Amino acid sequence: MRIAIVVRSGPASSQSSRSALRFTQAVLDAGHDVHRVFFHGDGTYNANTLSVVPQDEEDLSASWAALGREHDLDLVICVASALKRGMLDASEADRYERPAASVRPEFVISGLGQLADAALDADRMVTFGG
Amino acid sequence: MATLHLINKSPTRSDALASCLRVLAPGDALLLIEDGVYAAVADSTGSQALLGHVCHALAADIAARGLQTRLADGVRVIDEAGFVDLCVHCDRVMSWF
Repeated sequence: MRIAIVVRSGPASSQSSRSALRFTQAVLDAGHDVHRVFFHGDGTYNANTLSVVPQDEEDLSASWAALGREHDLDLVICVASALKRGMLDASEADRYERPAASVRPEFVISGLGQLADAALDADRMVTFGG
Repeated sequence: MATLHLINKSPTRSDALASCLRVLAPGDALLLIEDGVYAAVADSTGSQALLGHVCHALAADIAARGLQTRLADGVRVIDEAGFVDLCVHCDRVMSWF
């Protein structure tokens, strides 16, 4: 079964990013396909490569990136949500003449079309956050 | 066509559970996660609202809040693998905020 996951909260603001990460791992452990993980609103902060997390806390952004690398996940952050929060990859930083990129390379910046596509293509869509 | 309803807010802080219960259909499943597990505490307003409904709650979120011994009768405690199974067995998943 192909399952899409939507994350609407940042790693520092609620438990939902962690819930979504645990669920995504369980989906993979059960042998299902993760169609896409779409990060929307404050969820785009999960892609932040500049955040520094205390050593006794889980670095959820790093955990998402590691899971993405391990399973070749499609980790997509919403472009409109991302730009207004300062979440830019190298090409967006260049385009808008900002001094640094802030998005981890495991994440892709794209549009809401990717969310609509996931809703149509995946067998299930599970939303976390809010 | 069963729906899995996800509640992640405490019933004392949000009307998500009450809103959900208004549209819960026979055969639907209900899963409490994060602060939503407070609705499973015995003799609370949340658990009274849940009387007559099949209710699941996520084990890790119950343990994180120290509620293991305070759950209402009939609450089905599941882990993340059980969460995935519920998603698969229902036709769709709806999150209430």
